[in-house]
Amino acid sequence: MAHAATHDHHDDHHGAPKNFFVRWCMSTNHKDIGTLYLVFSLLMFFIGGSFAMVIRAELFKPGLQLVQPYFFNEMTTMHALVMIFGAVMPAFVGLGNWMIPLMIGAPDMALPRMNNLSFWILPFAFALLLSTLFLPGGGPAGGWTMYPPLSLQGDSVAYVVFAVHLMGISSIMGAINIIATILNMRAPGMDLLKMPVFVWSWLITAFLLIAVMPVLAGAVTMLLTDAYFGTSFFNAAGGGDPVLFQHIFWFFGHPEVYIMILPAFGLVSEIIPTFARKPIFGYKAMVYAIASIAFLSFIVWAHHMFAVGLPLGGEIFFMYATMLIAVPTGVKVFNWVSTMWGGSMTFETPMLFAVAFVILFTIGGFSGLMLALAPADFQYHDSYFVVAHFHYVLVTGAIFAIIGGTYYWLPKWTGHMYSEFWGKVHFWNSVIWVNVLFFPQHFLGLAGMPRRIPDYNVAFANFNMISSIGGFLFGAAQLIFLGVIVHAVWFSKKKAADRVWEGAKGLEWTVPSPAPYHTFELPPVIHDDELAHGHVED
Amino acid sequence: MTSGGIKRAVTALATIAFALFGGVVQANPEPGQLNMPRGVTTYSHVPYFLNNVALGVCVVIGILVFGAMFIAMFRFRKSRGAVAEKWSHNTTLEIVWTTIPVIILIVLAYLATGGLKTFADTTGSQMTVKVTGYQWKWRYDYVDYQGKAIDKVGFMSKLDRESDETRQLKSGLDPSAVKVDGYNTYLINVDEPLVVPINTKIRFVITAGDVIHSWWVPALGWKMDAIPGIVNAAWTNINEPGVYRGQCAELCGQDHGFMPIVVKAVPKAEFEQWLASKQQQSAPPAPAAASTAAAPATAQVAPAPAPKG
Repeated sequence: MAHAATHDHHDDHHGAPKNFFVRWCMSTNHKDIGTLYLVFSLLMFFIGGSFAMVIRAELFKPGLQLVQPYFFNEMTTMHALVMIFGAVMPAFVGLGNWMIPLMIGAPDMALPRMNNLSFWILPFAFALLLSTLFLPGGGPAGGWTMYPPLSLQGDSVAYVVFAVHLMGISSIMGAINIIATILNMRAPGMDLLKMPVFVWSWLITAFLLIAVMPVLAGAVTMLLTDAYFGTSFFNAAGGGDPVLFQHIFWFFGHPEVYIMILPAFGLVSEIIPTFARKPIFGYKAMVYAIASIAFLSFIVWAHHMFAVGLPLGGEIFFMYATMLIAVPTGVKVFNWVSTMWGGSMTFETPMLFAVAFVILFTIGGFSGLMLALAPADFQYHDSYFVVAHFHYVLVTGAIFAIIGGTYYWLPKWTGHMYSEFWGKVHFWNSVIWVNVLFFPQHFLGLAGMPRRIPDYNVAFANFNMISSIGGFLFGAAQLIFLGVIVHAVWFSKKKAADRVWEGAKGLEWTVPSPAPYHTFELPPVIHDDELAHGHVED
Repeated sequence: MTSGGIKRAVTALATIAFALFGGVVQANPEPGQLNMPRGVTTYSHVPYFLNNVALGVCVVIGILVFGAMFIAMFRFRKSRGAVAEKWSHNTTLEIVWTTIPVIILIVLAYLATGGLKTFADTTGSQMTVKVTGYQWKWRYDYVDYQGKAIDKVGFMSKLDRESDETRQLKSGLDPSAVKVDGYNTYLINVDEPLVVPINTKIRFVITAGDVIHSWWVPALGWKMDAIPGIVNAAWTNINEPGVYRGQCAELCGQDHGFMPIVVKAVPKAEFEQWLASKQQQSAPPAPAAASTAAAPATAQVAPAPAPKG
């Protein structure tokens, strides 16, 4: 093919552009943009993690040793914002970008230019957010939930609001792209109910994103106008209501937590059947469970607000609705276990992370059920019990699934096998230290330690020190992850097969490893037995 | 509450959880404490009981699910020659494991609803205390007692001086040296505690003057947000005299970790005496509640009663 023709013929059958800037900054290729998202997410994971190290170092023993309380609050706030919007969400978008077209037999995302834009907004959003730490007024210190009136006392309101707007625009564009891709670009024969569970989970997540990101944008815009334009949406002195913000925020915030866990469900539902060499148990039930959880996520928001003084009827409604979520979530856990039952299992690193996910996410689910009981929540609320709960679902839940997914597809992305030995070293260090880190926090919360405090009574000293030690070692263990990735990308000599894992099914394993720059330019002919769910009857 | 039958059925579970975590009745945090305190009020057993029941249910389900999973992981290993089976659904099983959780949830919901109703009922109170959160101290105003309005009894309650000096960055002071009667009170002691009578239904009306705070004493069994522009109500009825400690539970700025709450519950007679003496010294009028700047002026003339351990 003539070189001169490339501009008219898209990138044609050539590989990636040679020019670094052209390849990475102007890319419209779903694989390159997926890689950008994943690299960005890893960077944010380490930045957010370093904030967590500051928090755990200050909490190592009673008394203030390292930082002033205000800076501590900046760290807790930034840790959450960076991890949620910078690490977890972009990681899922990156995995979706890379894998959804490969899994449904599409040549690329439906809207490639928008795909480029939705990624390249993010570095600016986070540069803006992180820059506040170096400004005279300091970064946001009112918690990631940005409750007014406290959040309005900071000097960085405008920066944070604008950064959140950018992240929201990026997420909405990403979500539109994923919906458009899944609904329009599936290869012939890839019926909706033959799609991999990961694709299903992303389809549902994308609808959640479109539904709630504008709500968050609205909430923070009202903060902005309250701060700078004299409105009183949340200012009681001007006839507003501080609780209104919490309702709006959590109407976004609860679906948001499912945005961070549903794709993780999808990932685990890919990994477990592969290494159990057995089809997933109850495929349709898995899909319906994700859909029910997504629906329920819209009617449970006030369980974050049991202590704001809701009327009795409100407490009861939100308590019952929240408890209902345990049913579809339970179905998912039971189905993963049943998938393993009667299989022929091997335990490579992705499977280890998936198994740890099922156990530890379920522990997070158990504490979630306890938190749903409103009278008990009057004790748990805003204590370290809550901190333990959401770190179990987000770290050993979402992040373990992301790491598992990374190991699972890394050979497909790079064409090389990662080091199984170091992968396992990474796994065992992660799974042990993460429990040392977060399990004692349950006890701290039950004993009465509030969250978001830089210093504490001596009675809380033992468990805080254990937790901090776990935190440092868990943080250090993630450097192994970085090492394994660097090795697999640049140094590994071991070539990956096309079908990397013996039990792997699905279209992504029919393309070469590494996946060529362009795949499925002609729709693949789909044989149902090649798909993980080609013959689903139930 | 009328949940007798079901309550007895789940008490067995609760007992297991209880046994696991030791039955010592604790009011204030102790080193190595593993479970929620039982509390000291007519209501505080409700969250404690629910917590133990829910924990027991979770432990049992956890043992079953994780047990099945570990059996699967050992039995169905490729290295042991396991051959993958082909089945991928079992309708009976799926119905069973959807129905059983629903039944468990109904039981839990029933118990929790009873507790919620009890807590929501603030009627019939014999005393009212207004709690106002400020950055970073609490104000307590005694509104009425036994049907009679109380005039001008109110004061600010903030972190005690010893904790405050110790908690400064690199103070070089040892937090474990901050003690009252042998109990470490670092960051959970105040200059002047809220004094209340026991065996009295006390209604708290809770609000805030600047940002949102949350009034939490674990021994009372609840917390309630203090929100500017909103007055929340809660109640307690303390059974045993004692000093009960808590902390602000809603991020409220840089000194959020340094605005503790101390409730000193005393017998009625002692309380009445205390109240009378307070009313006598009410010469410096309580400042308007909205003004945080007025805080220093409220340091009452009377020496603060030393909190008993």
